[in-house]
This record gives sequence, C-alpha cells and structure tokens, in this order.
Amino acid sequence: MKLTLLLPLLAFVALGVLLKSGIGKDPTLVPSPLIAKPAPAFDLPLLADQEQRLTRDDLLGTRYLLNVWGSWCPACQVEHPYITELAEGGELPVYGLNWKDEAGEAKRWLDYFGNPYRANLYDPSGRTGIDFGVYGAPETFLIDADGTVLAKHVGPLDAQIFAETFAPLLTAEPES
Amino acid sequence: MPESRLSTPLRAVLLAAGLLLSSQVLAIDPQDFESPAQEARYWALIEELRCLVCQNQNLADSDATLAKDLRDQVLEMMVAGQSNEQIKSFLADRYGDFVLYRPPVKPATWGLWFGPLVLVLIGGIALTFNLRRRRALPAQVLADPDQEELDRELAQLEAEREGKEQ
Repeated sequence: MKLTLLLPLLAFVALGVLLKSGIGKDPTLVPSPLIAKPAPAFDLPLLADQEQRLTRDDLLGTRYLLNVWGSWCPACQVEHPYITELAEGGELPVYGLNWKDEAGEAKRWLDYFGNPYRANLYDPSGRTGIDFGVYGAPETFLIDADGTVLAKHVGPLDAQIFAETFAPLLTAEPES
Repeated sequence: MPESRLSTPLRAVLLAAGLLLSSQVLAIDPQDFESPAQEARYWALIEELRCLVCQNQNLADSDATLAKDLRDQVLEMMVAGQSNEQIKSFLADRYGDFVLYRPPVKPATWGLWFGPLVLVLIGGIALTFNLRRRRALPAQVLADPDQEELDRELAQLEAEREGKEQ
C-alpha cells in the first residue's frame, strides 16, 4: 500500500530525469548517417574556372575539410574569419563546396571577404549537397585520406567546436 | 450581365474558399505528371518525408528551397522508375531515418513504435486490478443483506461517527 502511494512520485521523478536530459540539446541537429562511411562521390566544376573539374577521387590521399557555403548565407560570413585562420594554419587543407549559389555572386563574395579555400566546388543545383545530406549552410565535413567521412559539423565553425569535434580525430595518423 | 442568384454571404464564403484553395495550390510547384496514378503516388510519398529545414513540416507542405530540391529529386527518381522504397532509402542514406515520418522498426526505434502500446497495457492492467479490488469490497459486505444486519452496521457506523465527533 505504501509503495503504491509512492508510485506517482516515482513516475514524476523518472519523467523529470527524462525531460532534464533533453535540456540544452539542439533538437534541430540531424545526426549524419555518413559518419565513418565513404564520402559520396562527386564530380563538379570549379568555381574559379568551370572548365576544370574536381572529383572525390582526385582528393584521395589528402585529409581535408570540406566547407559548405554560399554567398547568400549570413552564418557563412560569421565563420569566415575562423575558416581563413584554419586554412592559413596549413595543417588541414580546406576545400569549399559552393552550394546553391550563383557563380558571379560567389566570386564577388570571395573577393570581398577573402578566399581561404584551396579550391571551390561549384554546385548550383545542390545535387552534391543532397548527396552529402546538407540541409543548411554552413556545414563542415572532415574527410580522411582514404575518403571516409570522419565528422560533420552543422552551423558556423569556431575554435571551440573545432577542438571538440575535429581535433580529437586528427591525432590519429591518416590511413593509407 | 445577369444578376447573380447567389446570396451575398454565400458569395463571401465561396470567395474565401477560393482564396484558401488558391494559396494551397500556389505553394506547390507545377509538375508534369504522366498519369493521375503517378501524381497520387508522388503526393502520398512527399507527405511522409520530412523537410530537414522546417522540421515539423513534410516535403509537401514546406516552402524551403531544399524541400523543393528534394521534391524534384523524388519526382525525378519516380520518373526513372524507382520504387518508393528505393526513393526513401536514397534519402535516408543521406539524411538519416529522421527524414522518414514513418521510421523503420529497429532496436533504436522500438520505444517509438511499441512505447505507447506498453503504456496502454500498463494502464489497462492497473485499471483492471483497481476495478476488481473495488468490486470485491462491497460484494463481501453486502453479500446477503437482511434488515437486521443492515441495522447493526448502521448503528455501528453511527456510533463510530459520534465517537469521532466527541
């Protein structure tokens, strides 16, 4: 009898613990199913010179960051100084995926803010973005030398997020 | 021009309905369907795919440009002869099961699928026990009531009450 009287209290506490565990989490973050899988194959023209193309396999052998951006994207301006800092650090090459943008606008954006990217893939239709599961710029992927997606960050990148999300994966020697 | 036979309120209602419907239709990009069956299949499919940008909307409802891109992708795959399952797994491979409003049954989603059923079962069992106990109580006391027994019980209850009040 005593125990059954306590049941509502216990249920309340259990519910409280369950709800507390959800506080502080971002419910809009979608975990990527691509982590630890091979990066989707891409074959796209370069933003700077659309006669030239770059494919996923061209980048095999290099561990790199793939940063998804667009000139229409305010949050991309927010992370731009940090992306520049990372690229200038030189430890990790940064490639850009110019997503759902217009080449003229994108080039003007780079002229104005500076171009930290080793090269920019030009994806105006957004099809390669869909292959990467991109649902909003900026997004940043860490891709290993063997073409495996190691990690993904959604939203503007900064030093703290880099240290938490990407840095621990960099201590391991690149495979192959 | 002949006088309209419709009353003013009726005309107002029709106008409102027309406006509502037109906004509904304008939210959709015009697509060329090969057949009504294909159109129905397209609608049923995008109804149960989630828009990743406005996450409480499905692809059919959302005006986000990504939703439009994904609708185009869905239609393109349908025209190319892919099955609903192929299209769904194409999207789930890229965006995760989250994109499916009807997630697959697997250990990670057991809570989602069977949780409500378990709760209803627990509630039902608790309710059954409670009702049985309640039914058992008066049945014992008043199994075969005769006037003498009732008087005795009544006297006892009144004595108890007076005892409490004093």
